[in-house]
Amino acid sequence: MSELFHTYWKSYLWSDGYHLTGLAMTLWLLVISCSIGFLLAIPLAIARVSSNRWVSRPVWVFTYLFRGTPLFVQLLIIYSGFASLSMIRHSAILWPVFRLGFNCAIISFILNTCAYTTEIFAGAIKATPFGEIEAGQAFGMSQFTLYRRIILPSSLRRALPVYSNEIIFMLHATSVAFTATVPDLLKVAVDVNSATLKTFEAYGIAAILYLLVTFSLVTLFRRAERRWLAYLQPQKSNHRSSSKPQDQRNFDVESEY
Amino acid sequence: MSLAGYGLIIAAGAWITIKVAILSLVVSFCIGLVCAMMKLSSNRISIWCANIYTTLIRGIPDLVLMLLIYYSVQIGLNDLTEKMGMNQLDINPFGAAIITLGFIYGAYFTETFRGAFLSVPRGQIEAGYAVGLSPSQVFRRIQFPQMMRFALPGLNNNWQVLIKSAGLVSLLGLNDMVKAARQAGNATLHQFFFYVVVALIFLIFTTLSQIWFWHLEHCYAIGVREAQL
Repeated sequence: MSELFHTYWKSYLWSDGYHLTGLAMTLWLLVISCSIGFLLAIPLAIARVSSNRWVSRPVWVFTYLFRGTPLFVQLLIIYSGFASLSMIRHSAILWPVFRLGFNCAIISFILNTCAYTTEIFAGAIKATPFGEIEAGQAFGMSQFTLYRRIILPSSLRRALPVYSNEIIFMLHATSVAFTATVPDLLKVAVDVNSATLKTFEAYGIAAILYLLVTFSLVTLFRRAERRWLAYLQPQKSNHRSSSKPQDQRNFDVESEY
Repeated sequence: MSLAGYGLIIAAGAWITIKVAILSLVVSFCIGLVCAMMKLSSNRISIWCANIYTTLIRGIPDLVLMLLIYYSVQIGLNDLTEKMGMNQLDINPFGAAIITLGFIYGAYFTETFRGAFLSVPRGQIEAGYAVGLSPSQVFRRIQFPQMMRFALPGLNNNWQVLIKSAGLVSLLGLNDMVKAARQAGNATLHQFFFYVVVALIFLIFTTLSQIWFWHLEHCYAIGVREAQL
């Protein structure tokens, strides 16, 4: 395994000399799709919890369609399917976009992760304690200020553990990009396999690299949770038996959630 | 159901996809139960093995694992048969896909079952022993039915992911409906149409199984009184 890695380490990690490949490509796909998906998911989640049916229903349809079908099929529709439509083939604007596998992969990943993230955030927004919103309204906050200062900060924090799962799922999902000829980590492994016929080693190196990224993401999110969700953490045992006011506060925090 | 004459091929592919998904659900359900028991046992080696299994599998993308296991096992088998002087044994792609998917999702089911077993109150098990049930009776009649209620939301989630992963088996060379759609699309140059049909069939699968899980959740919650507000 080390011998193979010695020969191909550069294309596994970041470049084959011409393009971004391997791990760097996988991370690049992950960062773009998750950051754009995150930005789109916040307004969509707010629309999803709206009491106006004409606003919330279309978002529900979007998330339902994209969560109910495999990402692989979505990618095939966007990559091979769109290329078969003459409307897109003959369009001066759309064809250059959908011609490249990378663009198709990014678009399908953004739409997919956005659908999942929207549902996660919408669930977290719905779980906002009624009293917090009521208190905000009593202060005379506008709907916008209410979301900006009260609802979003607490619900994004509450969504963090589930959202971290979604990011890791997305990291794993980026491996289907190789079917659209994007030179990501798995594509490098497939190419090394066909060049050397050392199947176990070629895929094994990719698997180890994926594993390392997963572990680093888990560690990163655990730190983020410790920082942003510190107020939800159980108190240390030596505090519990200390004094009565302390107990009282502990009880309040728990009863709120 | 004509679909430009490709309806039957796609229907046959859909049947294969369903079979792969359901059979690998059975495999991963069994692996999940066994590994959850291993994790909850007091034997240190079995805890260690189960931990390594779930950590490794859940850290690697399912597609990478599918390619890795599927092709490496075949090559390993070829080496073995060659050394023993036998003819080459070809793994049946259908069976291999099921075992591979079952092995991968077994790790996810393990975690679900482990959490669910821990949610069953300890007193229930003690009460079972107190009325003279054997360990296997305690498991079958007391732990398992109560555990399932806690496990169902997680199982539902895993099953939904599993169905969608079953769409990847065409990359292993199986003639499932994605492959049928690709063939039909390449022949007629209407790729868009056929892939959308496949997406809709997947949507029907996920919707039906969602309804079925709602029904199951209701069944297993029969002994629980919901809060009435």
